[in-house]
Amino acid sequence: MSLLQARDVRMFYGTFCALDGVSLSIEAGQFVSIIGPNGAGKTTLVNVLTGLLAPTSGSVRFKGVDVAGLGPGRLARLGMARSFQLVSVFPALTVGETLAVPIVSRRRHGARLFAALAGDRATWDEVAETAALFGLADKLARPARTLPQGDKKLLDVASAFALRPEVILMDEPTSGVSTSDKHAIMETLVGAAARMGIQAIIQVEHDMDIVFGYSDRIVALHQGRVLADATPDAVRADERLIDTVVGRSYSSGAGRPW
Amino acid sequence: MARTAGGLAALAVLAAPWVAPPYHLTLLLPAFAYGIVLLGLNLLFGTTGLLSFGHALFVALGAYTAAALTTGLGVLHLEAILAAAAGAAALVAVPLGLLCVRYVKIYFGMLTLAFGMLFYSFLYKFYTLTGGDEGIRVLRPLLLGRAFGDLGKVEFLIGPFYYYALALLAVATLVMWRVVRSPFGLCLRAIRENPDKAAAVGVSVRRYRFYAFVIAAVFGAVGGALLAVPTGLADPLLAYWTHSGNLVFMLLLGGFDHFLGPLVGALVFILLQDTVMSLTAYWRFVFGAILAVVVIFFPRGLLGLLDPRAGRSA
Repeated sequence: MSLLQARDVRMFYGTFCALDGVSLSIEAGQFVSIIGPNGAGKTTLVNVLTGLLAPTSGSVRFKGVDVAGLGPGRLARLGMARSFQLVSVFPALTVGETLAVPIVSRRRHGARLFAALAGDRATWDEVAETAALFGLADKLARPARTLPQGDKKLLDVASAFALRPEVILMDEPTSGVSTSDKHAIMETLVGAAARMGIQAIIQVEHDMDIVFGYSDRIVALHQGRVLADATPDAVRADERLIDTVVGRSYSSGAGRPW
Repeated sequence: MARTAGGLAALAVLAAPWVAPPYHLTLLLPAFAYGIVLLGLNLLFGTTGLLSFGHALFVALGAYTAAALTTGLGVLHLEAILAAAAGAAALVAVPLGLLCVRYVKIYFGMLTLAFGMLFYSFLYKFYTLTGGDEGIRVLRPLLLGRAFGDLGKVEFLIGPFYYYALALLAVATLVMWRVVRSPFGLCLRAIRENPDKAAAVGVSVRRYRFYAFVIAAVFGAVGGALLAVPTGLADPLLAYWTHSGNLVFMLLLGGFDHFLGPLVGALVFILLQDTVMSLTAYWRFVFGAILAVVVIFFPRGLLGLLDPRAGRSA
Protein backbone atom coordinates (compact mmCIF):
# COMPACT_ATOMS: atom_id res chain seq x y z
CA MET A 1 0.00 0.00 0.00
CA SER A 2 1.25 3.45 -0.80
CA LEU A 3 2.18 5.77 2.07
CA LEU A 4 0.78 8.96 0.64
CA GLN A 5 -1.89 9.12 -2.00
CA ALA A 6 -3.39 12.12 -3.78
CA ARG A 7 -6.47 11.43 -5.89
CA ASP A 8 -7.61 13.82 -8.59
CA VAL A 9 -6.73 16.91 -6.54
CA ARG A 10 -8.07 20.21 -7.83
CA MET A 11 -7.28 23.48 -6.16
CA PHE A 12 -8.79 26.80 -7.12
CA TYR A 13 -7.79 30.21 -5.82
CA GLY A 14 -10.93 32.10 -6.82
CA THR A 15 -11.20 31.29 -10.52
CA PHE A 16 -7.50 30.52 -10.93
CA CYS A 17 -6.85 26.81 -11.14
CA ALA A 18 -3.57 26.04 -9.34
CA LEU A 19 -3.91 22.26 -9.41
CA ASP A 20 -5.95 20.60 -12.11
CA GLY A 21 -6.56 16.96 -11.33
CA VAL A 22 -3.28 15.85 -9.78
CA SER A 23 -2.97 12.20 -8.77
CA LEU A 24 0.13 10.89 -7.07
CA SER A 25 1.09 7.88 -5.07
CA ILE A 26 4.23 7.86 -2.96
CA GLU A 27 5.68 4.51 -1.90
CA ALA A 28 8.14 3.70 0.85
CA GLY A 29 11.74 3.93 -0.27
CA GLN A 30 11.25 6.75 -2.77
CA PHE A 31 12.99 10.08 -3.10
CA VAL A 32 10.61 12.15 -5.18
CA SER A 33 11.38 15.56 -6.65
CA ILE A 34 8.58 17.86 -7.73
CA ILE A 35 9.76 20.19 -10.49
CA GLY A 36 8.19 22.74 -12.75
CA PRO A 37 8.41 26.40 -13.75
CA ASN A 38 7.30 29.16 -11.39
CA GLY A 39 3.54 29.13 -10.95
CA ALA A 40 3.23 25.46 -11.93
CA GLY A 41 1.60 24.66 -8.58
CA LYS A 42 4.52 23.04 -6.74
CA THR A 43 4.11 24.81 -3.42
CA THR A 44 0.33 24.48 -3.61
CA LEU A 45 0.78 20.74 -4.10
CA VAL A 46 3.05 20.47 -1.06
CA ASN A 47 0.57 22.51 0.97
CA VAL A 48 -2.23 20.18 -0.08
CA LEU A 49 -0.15 17.05 0.56
CA THR A 50 0.59 18.26 4.10
CA GLY A 51 -3.01 19.23 4.82
CA LEU A 52 -2.20 22.91 5.15
CA LEU A 53 -4.65 23.59 2.34
CA ALA A 54 -7.83 21.63 1.81
CA PRO A 55 -8.22 20.85 -1.90
CA THR A 56 -11.28 22.22 -3.71
CA SER A 57 -11.99 18.67 -4.83
CA GLY A 58 -10.21 15.33 -4.62
CA SER A 59 -8.50 13.91 -1.56
CA VAL A 60 -5.10 13.33 0.02
CA ARG A 61 -4.65 10.32 2.25
CA PHE A 62 -1.62 9.52 4.37
CA LYS A 63 -1.61 5.95 5.67
CA GLY A 64 -5.32 5.94 4.89
CA VAL A 65 -6.12 9.12 6.87
CA ASP A 66 -7.46 12.22 5.12
CA VAL A 67 -4.90 14.94 5.87
CA ALA A 68 -7.02 17.99 5.00
CA GLY A 69 -7.09 20.35 7.97
CA LEU A 70 -5.29 17.87 10.21
CA GLY A 71 -2.80 20.51 11.41
CA PRO A 72 0.96 20.13 11.77
CA GLY A 73 0.83 18.61 15.27
CA ARG A 74 -1.43 15.68 14.42
CA LEU A 75 0.28 15.21 11.10
CA ALA A 76 3.61 14.91 12.89
CA ARG A 77 2.19 12.31 15.28
CA LEU A 78 0.83 10.41 12.30
CA GLY A 79 4.32 10.33 10.77
CA MET A 80 4.63 13.18 8.30
CA ALA A 81 6.89 16.20 8.72
CA ARG A 82 7.65 19.20 6.61
CA SER A 83 10.28 21.87 6.23
CA PHE A 84 9.66 25.22 4.61
CA GLN A 85 11.42 27.13 1.89
CA LEU A 86 12.48 29.98 4.15
CA VAL A 87 14.87 29.01 6.91
CA SER A 88 12.95 28.89 10.17
CA VAL A 89 14.68 28.48 13.53
CA PHE A 90 14.13 29.45 17.18
CA PRO A 91 16.61 32.37 17.31
CA ALA A 92 17.35 32.35 21.04
CA LEU A 93 17.29 28.60 21.59
CA THR A 94 20.53 26.70 21.33
CA VAL A 95 21.05 24.01 18.72
CA GLY A 96 20.56 21.39 21.41
CA GLU A 97 17.34 22.95 22.71
CA THR A 98 16.03 23.32 19.16
CA LEU A 99 16.51 19.61 18.49
CA ALA A 100 15.00 18.75 21.88
CA VAL A 101 11.69 20.43 20.99
CA PRO A 102 10.58 17.89 18.34
CA ILE A 103 11.93 15.00 20.43
CA VAL A 104 9.98 16.18 23.49
CA SER A 105 6.82 16.67 21.47
CA ARG A 106 7.19 13.32 19.69
CA ARG A 107 7.50 11.56 23.05
CA ARG A 108 4.53 13.54 24.33
CA HIS A 109 6.57 14.99 27.18
CA GLY A 110 5.51 18.55 26.36
CA ALA A 111 2.87 18.70 29.09
CA ARG A 112 5.30 17.51 31.78
CA LEU A 113 5.31 20.63 33.92
CA PHE A 114 7.69 19.63 36.67
CA ALA A 115 9.98 17.07 35.09
CA ALA A 116 13.59 18.20 34.85
CA LEU A 117 14.50 18.33 31.19
CA ALA A 118 18.20 18.72 31.96
CA GLY A 119 18.25 15.29 33.63
CA ASP A 120 16.43 13.50 30.81
CA ARG A 121 19.29 11.42 29.41
CA ALA A 122 17.26 9.71 26.71
CA THR A 123 16.25 13.05 25.19
CA TRP A 124 19.74 14.53 25.26
CA ASP A 125 21.29 11.34 23.87
CA GLU A 126 18.93 11.55 20.94
CA VAL A 127 19.68 15.27 20.56
CA ALA A 128 23.40 14.48 20.37
CA GLU A 129 22.80 11.64 17.93
CA THR A 130 20.68 13.82 15.63
CA ALA A 131 23.15 16.71 15.83
CA ALA A 132 25.98 14.34 14.88
CA LEU A 133 24.10 13.14 11.78
CA PHE A 134 23.77 16.75 10.64
CA GLY A 135 27.30 17.84 11.52
CA LEU A 136 26.08 20.06 14.34
CA ALA A 137 27.55 18.07 17.23
CA ASP A 138 30.13 20.70 18.17
CA LYS A 139 27.56 23.51 18.08
CA LEU A 140 25.00 22.17 20.57
CA ALA A 141 25.39 25.10 22.97
CA ARG A 142 25.24 27.82 20.33
CA PRO A 143 22.08 29.93 19.98
CA ALA A 144 20.51 29.28 16.59
CA ARG A 145 20.69 32.93 15.59
CA THR A 146 24.51 32.88 15.72
CA LEU A 147 24.85 30.02 13.19
CA PRO A 148 25.92 30.58 9.59
CA GLN A 149 23.10 30.33 7.05
CA GLY A 150 24.01 26.82 5.90
CA ASP A 151 23.96 25.50 9.47
CA LYS A 152 20.65 27.23 10.12
CA LYS A 153 19.18 25.42 7.14
CA LEU A 154 20.58 22.11 8.41
CA LEU A 155 19.21 22.79 11.89
CA ASP A 156 15.81 23.62 10.43
CA VAL A 157 15.68 20.36 8.49
CA ALA A 158 17.25 18.39 11.36
CA SER A 159 14.45 19.50 13.68
CA ALA A 160 11.89 18.15 11.18
CA PHE A 161 13.89 14.89 10.89
CA ALA A 162 13.99 14.65 14.70
CA LEU A 163 10.26 13.98 14.60
CA ARG A 164 11.31 10.68 13.00
CA PRO A 165 8.59 10.87 10.38
CA GLU A 166 7.96 8.17 7.82
CA VAL A 167 7.53 10.78 5.12
CA ILE A 168 9.19 14.17 4.96
CA LEU A 169 8.30 16.98 2.57
CA MET A 170 10.88 19.64 1.95
CA ASP A 171 10.19 22.85 0.09
CA GLU A 172 13.52 23.72 -1.54
CA PRO A 173 15.85 22.26 1.09
CA THR A 174 18.85 24.00 -0.47
CA SER A 175 17.32 27.42 -1.15
CA GLY A 176 19.20 30.36 0.26
CA VAL A 177 22.38 28.30 0.46
CA SER A 178 25.49 28.87 -1.62
CA THR A 179 25.97 26.51 -4.57
CA SER A 180 29.07 25.04 -3.00
CA ASP A 181 27.11 24.05 0.13
CA LYS A 182 24.16 22.53 -1.72
CA HIS A 183 25.63 19.12 -2.39
CA ALA A 184 27.05 18.85 1.10
CA ILE A 185 23.60 19.57 2.52
CA MET A 186 21.92 17.02 0.25
CA GLU A 187 24.48 14.34 1.14
CA THR A 188 23.82 15.06 4.80
CA LEU A 189 20.05 14.91 4.37
CA VAL A 190 20.05 11.68 2.41
CA GLY A 191 22.48 10.06 4.83
CA ALA A 192 20.48 11.18 7.85
CA ALA A 193 17.20 10.00 6.32
CA ALA A 194 18.62 6.52 5.82
CA ARG A 195 19.99 6.39 9.37
CA MET A 196 16.80 7.71 10.94
CA GLY A 197 14.45 5.33 9.16
CA ILE A 198 12.67 7.92 7.05
CA GLN A 199 10.89 5.98 4.34
CA ALA A 200 10.14 8.58 1.73
CA ILE A 201 11.37 12.07 0.88
CA ILE A 202 9.42 14.50 -1.26
CA GLN A 203 11.12 17.71 -2.23
CA VAL A 204 10.34 20.73 -4.33
CA GLU A 205 13.55 21.80 -6.03
CA HIS A 206 14.65 24.23 -8.70
CA ASP A 207 18.26 23.15 -8.96
CA MET A 208 18.40 20.45 -11.62
CA ASP A 209 21.81 19.21 -10.46
CA ILE A 210 20.20 18.38 -7.14
CA VAL A 211 17.05 16.96 -8.75
CA PHE A 212 18.86 14.63 -11.14
CA GLY A 213 21.61 13.86 -8.67
CA TYR A 214 19.48 12.56 -5.79
CA SER A 215 15.93 11.66 -6.76
CA ASP A 216 14.76 8.33 -8.04
CA ARG A 217 11.49 9.73 -9.29
CA ILE A 218 10.59 13.09 -10.79
CA VAL A 219 7.12 14.59 -10.92
CA ALA A 220 7.01 17.45 -13.42
CA LEU A 221 4.18 19.95 -12.97
CA HIS A 222 3.04 22.41 -15.59
CA GLN A 223 0.04 24.69 -15.21
CA GLY A 224 -1.35 22.60 -12.41
CA ARG A 225 -1.13 19.27 -14.23
CA VAL A 226 1.29 16.37 -13.94
CA LEU A 227 3.22 16.52 -17.20
CA ALA A 228 5.48 13.62 -16.36
CA ASP A 229 6.00 11.19 -13.51
CA ALA A 230 9.08 9.16 -14.30
CA THR A 231 12.65 8.23 -13.44
CA PRO A 232 15.39 10.87 -13.89
CA ASP A 233 16.74 8.99 -16.92
CA ALA A 234 13.37 8.98 -18.63
CA VAL A 235 12.89 12.69 -17.90
CA ARG A 236 16.33 13.53 -19.19
CA ALA A 237 15.66 11.64 -22.43
CA ASP A 238 12.44 13.55 -23.14
CA GLU A 239 13.58 16.73 -24.88
CA ARG A 240 10.11 18.23 -25.18
CA LEU A 241 9.62 17.84 -21.47
CA ILE A 242 13.00 19.35 -20.70
CA ASP A 243 12.12 22.37 -22.83
CA THR A 244 8.79 22.91 -21.13
CA VAL A 245 9.64 22.27 -17.53
CA VAL A 246 13.36 22.49 -17.07
CA GLY A 247 14.44 24.92 -19.74
CA ARG A 248 16.73 24.42 -22.71
CA SER A 249 19.88 25.30 -20.89
CA TYR A 250 19.96 22.21 -18.71
CA SER A 251 20.06 19.77 -21.61
CA SER A 252 22.89 21.77 -23.14
CA GLY A 253 24.63 21.59 -19.79
CA ALA A 254 25.05 25.35 -19.43
CA GLY A 255 24.38 25.54 -15.71
CA ARG A 256 21.30 26.80 -13.91
CA PRO A 257 18.11 26.60 -15.95
CA TRP A 258 16.60 29.89 -14.76
CA MET B 1 29.04 35.79 41.34
CA ALA B 2 25.31 35.59 40.66
CA ARG B 3 25.05 32.70 43.13
CA THR B 4 26.89 34.68 45.81
CA ALA B 5 24.65 37.69 45.25
CA GLY B 6 21.57 35.50 45.41
CA GLY B 7 22.78 33.82 48.61
CA LEU B 8 23.52 37.16 50.23
CA ALA B 9 20.09 38.50 49.24
CA ALA B 10 18.43 35.39 50.71
CA LEU B 11 20.38 35.82 53.96
CA ALA B 12 19.47 39.50 54.08
CA VAL B 13 15.72 38.90 53.81
CA LEU B 14 15.94 36.06 56.34
CA ALA B 15 17.79 38.22 58.86
CA ALA B 16 15.90 41.44 58.14
CA PRO B 17 13.32 41.09 60.97
CA TRP B 18 16.15 41.27 63.51
CA VAL B 19 17.90 44.28 62.06
CA ALA B 20 15.63 46.32 59.81
CA PRO B 21 13.15 48.90 61.16
CA PRO B 22 9.49 47.75 61.16
CA TYR B 23 8.51 50.25 58.47
CA HIS B 24 10.90 48.75 55.95
CA LEU B 25 9.84 45.24 56.88
CA THR B 26 6.21 46.09 56.13
CA LEU B 27 7.40 47.34 52.73
CA LEU B 28 8.92 43.94 51.97
CA LEU B 29 5.56 42.19 52.41
CA PRO B 30 3.97 43.57 49.22
CA ALA B 31 7.29 42.97 47.46
CA PHE B 32 7.04 39.25 48.37
CA ALA B 33 3.42 39.12 47.20
CA TYR B 34 4.21 40.90 43.94
CA GLY B 35 7.16 38.57 43.47
CA ILE B 36 4.73 35.64 43.32
CA VAL B 37 2.39 37.52 40.98
CA LEU B 38 5.24 38.43 38.65
CA LEU B 39 6.74 34.94 38.55
CA GLY B 40 3.43 33.90 37.01
CA LEU B 41 3.12 36.90 34.72
CA ASN B 42 6.63 36.32 33.45
CA LEU B 43 5.84 32.72 32.51
CA LEU B 44 3.30 34.28 30.17
CA PHE B 45 5.46 37.18 28.94
CA GLY B 46 9.14 36.36 29.33
CA THR B 47 8.82 32.65 28.61
CA THR B 48 5.82 32.34 26.27
CA GLY B 49 5.90 35.80 24.67
CA LEU B 50 2.33 36.85 25.51
CA LEU B 51 2.01 40.31 27.09
CA SER B 52 -1.06 40.63 29.31
CA PHE B 53 -2.37 44.07 30.19
CA GLY B 54 -5.06 42.64 32.42
CA HIS B 55 -3.16 40.49 34.87
CA ALA B 56 -4.30 42.64 37.81
CA LEU B 57 -7.66 40.92 37.37
CA PHE B 58 -6.20 37.82 39.01
CA VAL B 59 -4.47 39.81 41.75
CA ALA B 60 -7.83 41.38 42.59
CA LEU B 61 -9.54 38.01 42.37
CA GLY B 62 -7.11 36.65 44.98
CA ALA B 63 -7.60 39.66 47.24
CA TYR B 64 -11.41 39.47 47.01
CA THR B 65 -11.27 35.75 47.69
CA ALA B 66 -9.37 36.54 50.90
CA ALA B 67 -11.91 39.25 51.74
CA ALA B 68 -14.94 37.07 51.02
CA LEU B 69 -13.57 34.17 53.05
CA THR B 70 -12.42 36.16 56.09
CA THR B 71 -15.15 38.82 56.27
CA GLY B 72 -17.99 36.96 54.60
CA LEU B 73 -17.60 33.34 55.61
CA GLY B 74 -15.36 33.56 58.65
CA VAL B 75 -12.72 31.26 57.14
CA LEU B 76 -9.47 32.49 58.65
CA HIS B 77 -6.96 29.75 57.78
CA LEU B 78 -4.54 31.38 55.32
CA GLU B 79 -3.78 28.01 53.72
CA ALA B 80 -7.48 27.60 52.92
CA ILE B 81 -7.60 31.18 51.62
CA LEU B 82 -4.61 30.64 49.34
CA ALA B 83 -6.04 27.36 48.04
CA ALA B 84 -9.40 29.02 47.39
CA ALA B 85 -7.70 31.94 45.60
CA ALA B 86 -5.80 29.48 43.40
CA GLY B 87 -9.00 27.57 42.68
CA ALA B 88 -10.98 30.72 41.88
CA ALA B 89 -8.22 31.90 39.56
CA ALA B 90 -8.18 28.59 37.72
CA LEU B 91 -11.97 28.67 37.37
CA VAL B 92 -11.90 32.17 35.89
CA ALA B 93 -8.74 31.60 33.83
CA VAL B 94 -10.09 28.55 32.00
CA PRO B 95 -12.82 30.36 30.04
CA LEU B 96 -10.80 33.61 29.73
CA GLY B 97 -7.71 31.70 28.62
CA LEU B 98 -9.62 29.69 26.03
CA LEU B 99 -10.74 32.99 24.52
CA CYS B 100 -7.55 35.01 24.93
CA VAL B 101 -4.95 32.53 23.66
CA ARG B 102 -6.71 32.45 20.31
CA TYR B 103 -5.08 35.84 19.81
CA VAL B 104 -1.47 37.01 20.01
CA LYS B 105 0.51 40.23 20.28
CA ILE B 106 -1.56 43.42 20.60
CA TYR B 107 -4.86 41.55 20.29
CA PHE B 108 -4.02 39.33 23.24
CA GLY B 109 -2.95 42.41 25.22
CA MET B 110 -6.14 44.32 24.41
CA LEU B 111 -8.39 41.37 25.15
CA THR B 112 -6.79 40.81 28.57
CA LEU B 113 -7.08 44.56 29.20
CA ALA B 114 -10.77 44.41 28.32
CA PHE B 115 -11.45 41.52 30.70
CA GLY B 116 -9.50 43.30 33.44
CA MET B 117 -11.65 46.39 33.02
CA LEU B 118 -14.83 44.31 32.95
CA PHE B 119 -13.85 42.80 36.28
CA TYR B 120 -13.01 46.25 37.65
CA SER B 121 -16.45 47.53 36.63
CA PHE B 122 -18.07 44.51 38.22
CA LEU B 123 -16.23 45.12 41.50
CA TYR B 124 -17.01 48.83 41.37
CA LYS B 125 -20.71 48.60 40.49
CA PHE B 126 -22.03 45.53 42.31
CA TYR B 127 -22.05 47.31 45.62
CA THR B 128 -24.05 44.76 47.61
CA LEU B 129 -21.74 41.94 46.60
CA THR B 130 -18.36 43.68 46.41
CA GLY B 131 -18.69 46.75 48.60
CA GLY B 132 -18.26 49.00 45.57
CA ASP B 133 -15.44 51.54 45.80
CA GLU B 134 -15.04 50.85 49.51
CA GLY B 135 -14.16 47.23 48.89
CA ILE B 136 -14.24 44.54 51.55
CA ARG B 137 -12.02 44.23 54.59
CA VAL B 138 -9.55 41.37 54.82
CA LEU B 139 -9.25 40.15 58.41
CA ARG B 140 -6.14 38.91 60.11
CA PRO B 141 -5.76 35.25 59.13
CA LEU B 142 -4.57 32.21 61.06
CA LEU B 143 -1.13 31.01 60.00
CA LEU B 144 -0.89 27.20 60.07
CA GLY B 145 -3.84 27.31 62.45
CA ARG B 146 -2.20 29.72 64.88
CA ALA B 147 -3.69 33.12 65.72
CA PHE B 148 -0.68 34.84 67.35
CA GLY B 149 -3.29 36.73 69.41
CA ASP B 150 -0.69 38.22 71.75
CA LEU B 151 0.94 40.13 68.90
CA GLY B 152 -0.17 43.57 67.74
CA LYS B 153 -0.86 44.15 64.04
CA VAL B 154 2.63 45.32 63.14
CA GLU B 155 4.36 42.62 65.23
CA PHE B 156 2.17 40.00 63.57
CA LEU B 157 3.00 41.31 60.10
CA ILE B 158 6.74 41.71 60.55
CA GLY B 159 7.04 38.53 62.62
CA PRO B 160 5.19 35.33 61.73
CA PHE B 161 3.48 36.71 58.62
CA TYR B 162 6.80 37.98 57.25
CA TYR B 163 8.29 34.49 57.36
CA TYR B 164 5.07 32.92 56.08
CA ALA B 165 5.10 35.23 53.04
CA LEU B 166 8.80 34.66 52.51
CA ALA B 167 8.38 30.89 52.65
CA LEU B 168 5.49 31.06 50.20
CA LEU B 169 7.62 33.16 47.84
CA ALA B 170 10.42 30.59 48.12
CA VAL B 171 8.02 27.76 47.31
CA ALA B 172 6.54 29.70 44.38
CA THR B 173 10.04 30.41 43.08
CA LEU B 174 11.03 26.74 43.27
CA VAL B 175 7.83 25.63 41.57
CA MET B 176 8.31 28.15 38.75
CA TRP B 177 11.96 27.13 38.43
CA ARG B 178 10.82 23.55 37.84
CA VAL B 179 8.18 24.65 35.33
CA VAL B 180 10.59 26.80 33.31
CA ARG B 181 13.19 24.00 33.27
CA SER B 182 10.71 21.30 32.28
CA PRO B 183 9.98 19.98 28.78
CA PHE B 184 6.87 22.17 29.00
CA GLY B 185 9.04 25.24 29.65
CA LEU B 186 11.16 24.42 26.60
CA CYS B 187 8.02 24.20 24.46
CA LEU B 188 6.87 27.59 25.79
CA ARG B 189 10.20 29.17 24.83
CA ALA B 190 9.98 27.58 21.39
CA ILE B 191 6.49 29.10 21.02
CA ARG B 192 7.84 32.51 22.04
CA GLU B 193 10.68 32.32 19.53
CA ASN B 194 8.72 31.06 16.52
CA PRO B 195 5.16 29.75 16.93
CA ASP B 196 4.88 28.52 13.33
CA LYS B 197 8.07 26.54 13.62
CA ALA B 198 6.98 25.18 17.00
CA ALA B 199 3.72 23.96 15.48
CA ALA B 200 5.62 22.39 12.58
CA VAL B 201 7.69 20.28 14.99
CA GLY B 202 4.60 19.05 16.79
CA VAL B 203 4.12 21.52 19.66
CA SER B 204 0.45 22.20 20.49
CA VAL B 205 0.90 25.96 20.47
CA ARG B 206 -2.55 27.05 21.57
CA ARG B 207 -2.85 24.39 24.27
CA TYR B 208 0.49 25.26 25.87
CA ARG B 209 -0.29 28.99 25.73
CA PHE B 210 -3.52 28.15 27.54
CA TYR B 211 -1.68 26.18 30.26
CA ALA B 212 0.74 29.09 30.74
CA PHE B 213 -2.21 31.49 31.03
CA VAL B 214 -3.87 29.38 33.75
CA ILE B 215 -0.62 28.92 35.70
CA ALA B 216 0.04 32.68 35.53
CA ALA B 217 -3.50 33.33 36.79
CA VAL B 218 -3.03 30.99 39.77
CA PHE B 219 0.23 32.68 40.74
CA GLY B 220 -1.49 36.06 40.34
CA ALA B 221 -4.34 35.17 42.68
CA VAL B 222 -2.10 33.56 45.31
CA GLY B 223 0.04 36.72 45.28
CA GLY B 224 -3.12 38.84 45.41
CA ALA B 225 -4.44 37.02 48.48
CA LEU B 226 -1.09 37.45 50.19
CA LEU B 227 -0.98 41.12 49.22
CA ALA B 228 -4.40 41.79 50.77
CA VAL B 229 -3.40 40.62 54.25
CA PRO B 230 -1.06 43.51 55.19
CA THR B 231 -3.29 46.12 53.48
CA GLY B 232 -6.34 44.57 55.18
CA LEU B 233 -8.52 45.51 52.23
CA ALA B 234 -9.64 44.29 48.83
CA ASP B 235 -10.73 47.25 46.68
CA PRO B 236 -11.58 47.65 42.99
CA LEU B 237 -8.39 49.59 42.17
CA LEU B 238 -6.54 46.29 42.46
CA ALA B 239 -8.20 45.29 39.16
CA TYR B 240 -7.74 48.68 37.49
CA TRP B 241 -5.68 48.76 34.31
CA THR B 242 -2.99 50.99 35.82
CA HIS B 243 -2.31 48.19 38.29
CA SER B 244 -1.82 45.80 35.37
CA GLY B 245 0.47 48.41 33.88
CA ASN B 246 2.49 48.54 37.10
CA LEU B 247 2.96 44.77 36.93
CA VAL B 248 4.41 45.09 33.43
CA PHE B 249 6.58 47.99 34.63
CA MET B 250 7.96 45.80 37.44
CA LEU B 251 8.85 43.08 34.93
CA LEU B 252 10.65 45.53 32.66
CA LEU B 253 12.44 47.04 35.65
CA GLY B 254 13.72 43.70 36.94
CA GLY B 255 14.37 42.15 33.52
CA PHE B 256 11.87 39.75 31.95
CA ASP B 257 14.43 37.52 30.25
CA HIS B 258 16.02 36.59 33.57
CA PHE B 259 14.40 34.04 35.86
CA LEU B 260 14.83 36.24 38.94
CA GLY B 261 13.86 39.45 37.13
CA PRO B 262 10.31 39.35 38.56
CA LEU B 263 11.60 39.18 42.16
CA VAL B 264 14.08 42.01 41.66
CA GLY B 265 11.49 44.07 39.80
CA ALA B 266 8.91 43.70 42.57
CA LEU B 267 11.38 44.61 45.30
CA VAL B 268 12.93 47.60 43.52
CA PHE B 269 9.54 48.93 42.41
CA ILE B 270 8.13 48.89 45.93
CA LEU B 271 11.22 50.49 47.50
CA LEU B 272 11.48 53.04 44.70
CA GLN B 273 7.81 53.92 44.91
CA ASP B 274 8.11 54.46 48.66
CA THR B 275 11.20 56.64 48.30
CA VAL B 276 9.92 58.75 45.43
CA MET B 277 6.48 59.20 47.03
CA SER B 278 8.09 60.50 50.19
CA LEU B 279 10.10 63.04 48.19
CA THR B 280 7.55 64.44 45.79
CA ALA B 281 3.84 64.52 45.08
CA TYR B 282 4.75 64.16 41.41
CA TRP B 283 5.93 60.59 41.86
CA ARG B 284 3.99 59.39 38.80
CA PHE B 285 5.98 61.84 36.69
CA VAL B 286 9.23 60.49 38.09
CA PHE B 287 8.07 56.91 37.51
CA GLY B 288 7.18 57.69 33.92
CA ALA B 289 10.66 59.08 33.38
CA ILE B 290 12.24 56.01 35.01
CA LEU B 291 10.21 53.69 32.80
CA ALA B 292 11.30 55.61 29.70
CA VAL B 293 14.96 55.39 30.74
CA VAL B 294 14.68 51.65 31.46
CA VAL B 295 13.06 50.88 28.11
CA ILE B 296 15.48 53.03 26.09
CA PHE B 297 18.76 52.35 27.85
CA PHE B 298 18.27 49.11 29.81
CA PRO B 299 15.74 47.08 27.82
CA ARG B 300 16.83 43.94 29.66
CA GLY B 301 16.14 45.49 33.06
CA LEU B 302 18.33 45.64 36.15
CA LEU B 303 19.41 42.00 35.91
CA GLY B 304 20.33 42.59 32.28
CA LEU B 305 22.97 45.00 33.61
CA LEU B 306 24.64 42.23 35.60
CA ASP B 307 24.51 39.75 32.77
CA PRO B 308 27.04 40.19 29.98
CA ARG B 309 25.12 37.98 27.52
CA ALA B 310 23.82 39.75 24.46
CA GLY B 311 20.08 40.39 24.50
CA ARG B 312 18.09 37.59 22.96
CA SER B 313 16.47 39.83 20.38
CA ALA B 314 19.79 41.25 19.25
